[in-house]
Amino acid sequence: MELVMAILIGVLFTAAVYLILSRSLLKIIIGTGLLSHGAHLLILTMGGLGGLAPPVISEGVTDFADPLPQALILTAIVISFGVTAFMLVMAYRAYAVHKTDDMNQLKGNDEHD
Amino acid sequence: MINLPLLPIILPFLFAILLLFFKENVRIQRALSLVGVIISLIASFYLLVTVKSEGVLAVTLGSWPAPFGISMVSDMFSALLVTTTLLITLFVVVYSFTAIGEERERFFYYPAILFMVTGVNGAFTTGDIFNMFVFFEVLLIASYLLIVLGGEKKQLRESIKYILVNVVSSALFVITVAYLYSVVGTLNMADISVKITEIGQPGIITVIAVLMLIVFGVKGAIFPLYFWLPGSYAAPPVPVLALFGALLTKVGVYAIMRTYTLFFTHNVGVTHEILMVVSVLTVIVGCVGALAYFDLKQIIIYNIVIAVGVILFGAAQMNEAGISGAIFYLVHDMLIKGALFLLIGIIIYVTGTSNLRKMGGLMKTHAPLGWFYLIAAFGLAGIPPLSGFIGKLLIAQGAFEAGNVWGSIIILASSLIVLLSVIRIFIYAFWGEPMELPKTKRKPYARMMLPTIVLVVLSVLYGVGTEWLIPYVTDATDVLLQPSIYIDAVLK
Repeated sequence: MELVMAILIGVLFTAAVYLILSRSLLKIIIGTGLLSHGAHLLILTMGGLGGLAPPVISEGVTDFADPLPQALILTAIVISFGVTAFMLVMAYRAYAVHKTDDMNQLKGNDEHD
Repeated sequence: MINLPLLPIILPFLFAILLLFFKENVRIQRALSLVGVIISLIASFYLLVTVKSEGVLAVTLGSWPAPFGISMVSDMFSALLVTTTLLITLFVVVYSFTAIGEERERFFYYPAILFMVTGVNGAFTTGDIFNMFVFFEVLLIASYLLIVLGGEKKQLRESIKYILVNVVSSALFVITVAYLYSVVGTLNMADISVKITEIGQPGIITVIAVLMLIVFGVKGAIFPLYFWLPGSYAAPPVPVLALFGALLTKVGVYAIMRTYTLFFTHNVGVTHEILMVVSVLTVIVGCVGALAYFDLKQIIIYNIVIAVGVILFGAAQMNEAGISGAIFYLVHDMLIKGALFLLIGIIIYVTGTSNLRKMGGLMKTHAPLGWFYLIAAFGLAGIPPLSGFIGKLLIAQGAFEAGNVWGSIIILASSLIVLLSVIRIFIYAFWGEPMELPKTKRKPYARMMLPTIVLVVLSVLYGVGTEWLIPYVTDATDVLLQPSIYIDAVLK
């Protein structure tokens, strides 16, 4: 199971890096979404898969799932949702103002304004 | 008062939420944010005094015992930084009353500042590595808002890059925390330190140390990872720039110092060697950048990069002089960068441009501005008895003790280049032929000068009053050099 997860995370990271390196702003944002999904799955895998019982304290159960990675993922998912939503709004505003979503045309520094 | 370390985090948060309800009323926004910052500042001073008398304070939230629950830890190092943060925020808030403009004030400018301070203070105080990630996100999301607030063309363009860089580095932070959790099985920083000592830092932990350096290096703008900083920081208006320059990179520096003195102390030959080489390179590229530009903002922004390099070079020495020099220089740099940014904000307001070639002769019309700029510039370069001197002296002393002669020579030589770069601003802007100034009102100028002068005077006092500060810095150094103090306080 760990091997499957590792391959899945690798595929997600590969796709994320490919998308982030592209020129279109929307693809970059999708890329960051995939990147954070990969990171969340990595936490789950690193915390150790398995454990038959749910992580609730009860008598006589020793083989329970580790609750901590799940709590961490929950927090991280909420944060990445918020940031992604904010980025989408930003990208829309930048598109409205600059009339382009091509990162090459969003280059420049102070002296070129 | 066991909950004392939480006050500088919760109070700005509370006032930020209150401010959200009074969006349209600028007067209430100003008054409430001022009151909020002052109350938090008083709380943080009280915290500083308490930490001084009682040692490290630790709060375990929800009374879960330490390695399982989330702990917030206030040692002298974090208490000093929390107090400095709130001090600078106070002056920037007062400065913003005149400098930021009502349009932005109506659009959640003050709540964003207070939320950012919540995140910064939280990141300084937390004793839990995952919570550090959460507080980083709090301060980053508030900074995303601050950097784009106003929606100018340039701001939109630069903020996209800023957000992208930080999102990627945050993902890397989560990945690093996941690796660390899989190796040591705990998130409490004191407990991580104990576990790493037990297993004696095998190779995988050293790899995680380098990953941590990359993650925090992006936030703190160290050598190969500083590329986003000059463009992004030049976009927002000056009060925001002052906050970012004084606080945000320092959170990254704090995180590097904390992890490299608490966790990764058993293979110093690899981890701290890398840190030292990287910090010297950071100083060098910062010097090149500071000399390359003819733009006020860019020159001071590259000075941030230089300061980050100097502080981390001190921290990499891992001896008493080096670490206490780094702490001295860290607090000095927060104060002086805040003051310098506020000063160049006034210069930009008076001349209407940030291009050095288009200004001159300000000394005749705005003499006080010139003199205070000169004092701040000397303070930044570290001319005794001003505040930059003692920190750099200790850092150089630590480096000589540790036998890193070349590094400390480069650090000392960089002082000259820092002096050259800021004096260049003085020569171009204040000497020479007076240029025709755009018509600006005197009243806002006077109101902007007031908080700036107080901040410059404070930075001078920081240099002159070094003797009174020594006990505080010694306490902070002790905690960093002897992790057992920190661990005992958290794990009881």
